[in-house]
Amino acid sequence: MRLIEWVDARFPLTSLVKEHLSEYYAPKNFNFWYFFGSLALFILVLQIVTGIFLTMHYKPDAELAFASVEYIMRDVEWGWLIRYLHSTGASAFFVVVYLHMFRGLLYGSYKEPRELVWIFGMLIYLALMAEAFMGYLLPWGQMSYWGAQVITSLFGAIPYIGEGLALWIRGDYVVADATLNRFFAFHVIAIPLVLLGLVAAHIMALHEVGSNNPDGVEIKKNKNAKGIPLDGIAFHPYYSVKDLVGIIVFLFIFSIILFYMPEFGGWFLEKDNFIPANPLQTPEHIVPVWYFTPFYAILRAVPDKLFGVMAMGGAIVVLFLIPWLDRSPVKSIRYRGPLFRIALTIFTLSFLTLGYLGTQPATGLYTLLAQIFSILYFSFFLLMPIYTSLDKDKPVPDRVT
Amino acid sequence: MNINIAAAFFSFFLSCLLYQPAYAASDKLVLDPVEIDLFDKASLQRGARLFMNYCISCHSASYMRYNRMGKDLGLSDEQVKDSLMFASEKIGETMTIAMRDEDAKKWFGVVPPDLSVISRARGTDWLYNYFRQFYVDDSKAMGTNNQVFKDVSMPHVLWQQQGYMQIDDEGHLSPSVKQKQSAEEYDLMTRDLVNFMAYVGEPSKIQRLTLGKWVLIYLAVFFMVAYPMKKVFWEDIR
Repeated sequence: MRLIEWVDARFPLTSLVKEHLSEYYAPKNFNFWYFFGSLALFILVLQIVTGIFLTMHYKPDAELAFASVEYIMRDVEWGWLIRYLHSTGASAFFVVVYLHMFRGLLYGSYKEPRELVWIFGMLIYLALMAEAFMGYLLPWGQMSYWGAQVITSLFGAIPYIGEGLALWIRGDYVVADATLNRFFAFHVIAIPLVLLGLVAAHIMALHEVGSNNPDGVEIKKNKNAKGIPLDGIAFHPYYSVKDLVGIIVFLFIFSIILFYMPEFGGWFLEKDNFIPANPLQTPEHIVPVWYFTPFYAILRAVPDKLFGVMAMGGAIVVLFLIPWLDRSPVKSIRYRGPLFRIALTIFTLSFLTLGYLGTQPATGLYTLLAQIFSILYFSFFLLMPIYTSLDKDKPVPDRVT
Repeated sequence: MNINIAAAFFSFFLSCLLYQPAYAASDKLVLDPVEIDLFDKASLQRGARLFMNYCISCHSASYMRYNRMGKDLGLSDEQVKDSLMFASEKIGETMTIAMRDEDAKKWFGVVPPDLSVISRARGTDWLYNYFRQFYVDDSKAMGTNNQVFKDVSMPHVLWQQQGYMQIDDEGHLSPSVKQKQSAEEYDLMTRDLVNFMAYVGEPSKIQRLTLGKWVLIYLAVFFMVAYPMKKVFWEDIR
C-alpha cells in the first residue's frame, strides 16, 4: 500500500482508476448491444500488438512486399497465426464497430448530452476506414493494388486540383512503390496515433456525461445520498466481469473463423490477392473488402464520377449530423413512435442491401437497385427532422426498467 | 424486439458465409469438386512426386522450402534429396527453377507463374478441373487447349497418363485411345497433385487445423469459469 501512496503523491493513479473504473457508474440495464464498445477496444489492442509483430518481418517495398507476407506465413515462427489474427481482426473490427454504431442509433446515444461522444466515434470510424484501406495495400496482391488504384483515382474527379491531388497522394502516376511506402507509414504510425487519441477522447467524453442505456433514461437524475445514481453500478467489477464473458464469446466465434476459414469464403482475404500486384493486368472484377461495399455501391449508383464521389462522401458526412437531425426528445427506440421504427428498419435494410450490391457488377438491375437504396439511405437522414417531429412517441419512464 | 434484430444480424452473417462474391460466382463453368485432405500424407507424397516430376521443370514454387515439405510430409532430408530434389542442391532452399524468364517467354509466350500460392488464387476445384480438361486443338501452338483455362499456353504435361481428349461440337470431352490410365485412375492421380498444391499454398494450415480445436476447448473452459463468476458478482443486482 505504501507504494500506491508514493505513486499517488506523484501521479493520480488511484483517482484515475476510481474515476474510470471502480467509481464510474454505468446503468445496470445494459443488454447484448453494449458488449461492442469494450470489444472494439479489445480488437484495437489486438490489432496494435499483432501489427507490431508483423512490422518486424514485413517489407514495404513493391519488389519484396508480397514475398515477405508469404515469408511471414511460412518461415516466421507463429507468423501465420499473427497474420491471420491481424487480417481476421480487421474484419472483426468493422463488424463490431458497425454493431456499436447501430446500438447508438437504436437507443439514441448520439443525443444531447452525448453529441461529442458520437462525433468522436464518427471520427474514429473515419480513421478506421483510412487505416483499413491503407493496410489492405500492404500485401501487394492484385486486389490490394487495383483497389488502391480505383480509390486514389477518385480524387482525380475533383475539378481543377483533382489530378494533381491524386498524383500527390500516390507519389506516382499510378499506384507504385512510393505509394506502398507512404501507405505503410500512415498505416503503422500516423493513423494509429490518431486513432488512439480519438479513442481516449471518445471515452473521456463518455465518462464526462455518463453512459446511455436501452431505456434512454438519464440515470444521473436519480441519485442517492452519496451522489451515486440509483440505477448505476460500478463499471468495475460489474461490467468488467460481464465484458470478460463477452470477450470470451467473441474470441470463440473469432477463433472458428481464424482457424477454420480465415479467407471467409473470399470475404476477408480475396482470392485475387494471392496473385502479386501487376500494374499491366486489371482483374476481371475489382471488389472492395466487404466493409466498404455499401459506400462503393453508392459511388457507382451515380452516373457522374464527381457526383458519385460527392454522394459517397455525403453518405458518411450525414452520419455526423444525426444529433441535430433527430428532433425527437425521446432517445430509446423502446419509446419511439412508429415512424422512426419504420425509418430505422428501412435504413438498416438499405445499408445491408447496398453492401451486397457493392460486391456485384454495376450493370442493369443492380445499378437501378443501388440507386433506389441510395435514395432510401439518404432519406433516412434528410427526412429525419420531419418524421421525428411528427412521430407519436410514448411516455418515457423515470427509472430504467 | 432486440432479440429479433440480433437474429436478423446473425442470419445476415450466416448468409455471408454461404454466399460467394461475384467474381467466383460469375464463372459459368461447373467445376467438379475435389476433396482436399492435408492429413493424408500418402496422397501428399504422391502429389509431391508428380509436382517435382512434371511441374518444377517450368514452374517455380519459390516460397516453399524442400526441408519444410519433408518435415510436413513425414520424409527425412535424405529421402527428399534422393527422390524429390531435382532442381536444387541444398535441402533448405526454396523450389526455384533454372529457366530464365526471357527464355520462358520465347518458348511459351508467357512466363509460367510461380505455383506457391496458386491453389489459393485459383482454388483447388479449379486446378482439379484444369488438369482434367485439356483437349486436342490443332489451331494452338502446343496442339492442345483447355476448357477451364481457354487458350492456355501450357502444353498437356500429363498426356502420357490421360492421353489426348477430343472435343465435340457441344463442348463434351471424350477420351482418345492412347491412354495409360483409366479416367478413374487419372482423377485419383490429379487429386493427389491438387492436394499437394493445396498444401504448398498454405503449409501452416496443418498446424492451424490442429491447433484450432485446442483453442476452442480452452475458450469453452474459460467461459465455464467466467460466466459463473459474472453470475456471482451480479447476484445482488436486480
